Amino acid sequence: MAASAGLTILRPGMLASVQDLGRPGHRQLGICPGGALDTLALTLANRLVGNPDGAAGLELTMGGCEVRFEAATRIAIAGDDFGATLDGVPMWPYWSMPVGAGQVFRLAGANRSPLKAGLRTWLAVAGGIDVPVILGSRSTDLKAGFGGHQGRALKKGDRLLLGAAALDAQQLARRPFGVRGPDAGLDRDRTTVLRVMPGPEFGQFTIASREALWGGSWRLTPQSNRMGSRLEGVELKRWRAVDMLSSGVIPGTIQVPPSGQPIILMGDAQTTGGYPRIGVVIRADLWKLAQAPLNGRLRLQQVDSADALAAWDERRRYLAQVAQGLASAGWLAPAQNPAQGVPDAD
Amino acid sequence: MSEGLLRLHSLGEAALVCELPAPATLAQQQRIWALAAEALRWRGVLEALPGMNNLSLLFDPSRIDLVELEMQVLSAWPQLSAAGIEGRRVEIPVAYGGESGPDLAEVARHTGLSPAEVVKRHSAGDYVVYLLGFLPGFAFMGGLAPELATPRRKEPRVAVPARSVGIGGEQTGIYPLVSPGGWQLIGRTSLDMFDPGAAEPTRLRPGDRVRFVVESMEA
Repeated sequence: MAASAGLTILRPGMLASVQDLGRPGHRQLGICPGGALDTLALTLANRLVGNPDGAAGLELTMGGCEVRFEAATRIAIAGDDFGATLDGVPMWPYWSMPVGAGQVFRLAGANRSPLKAGLRTWLAVAGGIDVPVILGSRSTDLKAGFGGHQGRALKKGDRLLLGAAALDAQQLARRPFGVRGPDAGLDRDRTTVLRVMPGPEFGQFTIASREALWGGSWRLTPQSNRMGSRLEGVELKRWRAVDMLSSGVIPGTIQVPPSGQPIILMGDAQTTGGYPRIGVVIRADLWKLAQAPLNGRLRLQQVDSADALAAWDERRRYLAQVAQGLASAGWLAPAQNPAQGVPDAD
Repeated sequence: MSEGLLRLHSLGEAALVCELPAPATLAQQQRIWALAAEALRWRGVLEALPGMNNLSLLFDPSRIDLVELEMQVLSAWPQLSAAGIEGRRVEIPVAYGGESGPDLAEVARHTGLSPAEVVKRHSAGDYVVYLLGFLPGFAFMGGLAPELATPRRKEPRVAVPARSVGIGGEQTGIYPLVSPGGWQLIGRTSLDMFDPGAAEPTRLRPGDRVRFVVESMEA
């Protein structure tokens, strides 16, 4: 099947961009890995529409988005549902839905319910979003202005082509079904707990600041974006301000600039930084941060490397369960896509 | 080898930072590049990212254990020499001053040199790319004449034009893309520093030796 049918962005919402699992491998050139901030969400959504884990989808921010499909296809969303509907019929995250030609997918605005709060939604479409692969990825690097759709955030009226779906017409039309989401045990209305390993400069901070890091309640401020999640709370101080030379940073790194208010680096962050790294959010918890609501509360819990590895194993087990569940329901086994960076799938 | 005691720190469960004591020297940095090249041959090492006087190794913990990686680093380090890393020579043509370099006068004022003398000394320098970071293709270079050092602007610019050449503290560099930035802008090059579609997307690589060539100058 040739890539032909497409979709049109009727409303992008606050920030919509094409993302896959990112562009690792080029950090030594200053190129950030980028990609979906919640790789677990994108992976699940892709599997639900028969795509390889690394197919490109849309990352949507704070709802308020509308997308029209030109031809029959299949979609799945992951992350926050923002009152998602397909031609007015409610749909759930982690469900696989058939879509008819001309149907409109819609996310309501951010304020539809004070009882629920989230930040981002990932939308996968059968066949994936077909934009050029640049440096091994279809992700949009918003800061550097390349990748994705014309190197920029999506705008009203943008038309995106879809790749060839792995599903046949009968599978595309199959009735909706879902899997258990990873956030089933997450209480969205309360504090998001992130597990953190002490970072290289942890010891430079005062005892009071180290205790405050673990003991404090942190607010996720609205200044947060794809480069960094900015926290507000107790001012973190070092014994003395020693200048740091530029050193590597990765998504999850908690930097403390002179203001004493920590920034947790996200996928679009720069590759090296000069601020002390008090901690690093473990890989298995980055998705929670990608979905944590603005102005919500965060708590940081100290763990060690063994805990971090056990948490990653748990994630792999969950993904394996999903794969098995889909296979036993007669859905496609998730295909690997060696052409694309698959930083998570090890 | 007696010098160059390497300190190792975890950066999360899948990265290891190898750090040398200050000050950063070219000889130390050359051994860091050598360690980066060596480590990329090891099982489970995914990326080697040089910083200034340090190296971050990103690894897959399901393929190599942290302790095993640390032992490999510590046993490889004494064997590595700074020799054998010969960077390419790259010439960067620069239009100094005027609209291309709106802060040339400020650098002249701060250093007590004439604008022409600033340009002469900046373009006489031999620079070495220590690392790329901050933006795709942004090179942190050593070799700025100490008398040209000028503090960053108090108010950073919201949008520094792409290909601007600047001085920030004791460093000089080229902005590959439009970006916010606080460096004093003394000129602009006509060369693209970053092209994501090219086989080699960045013009500069760690280890390259750079010279700035005066293309034009406006006081």
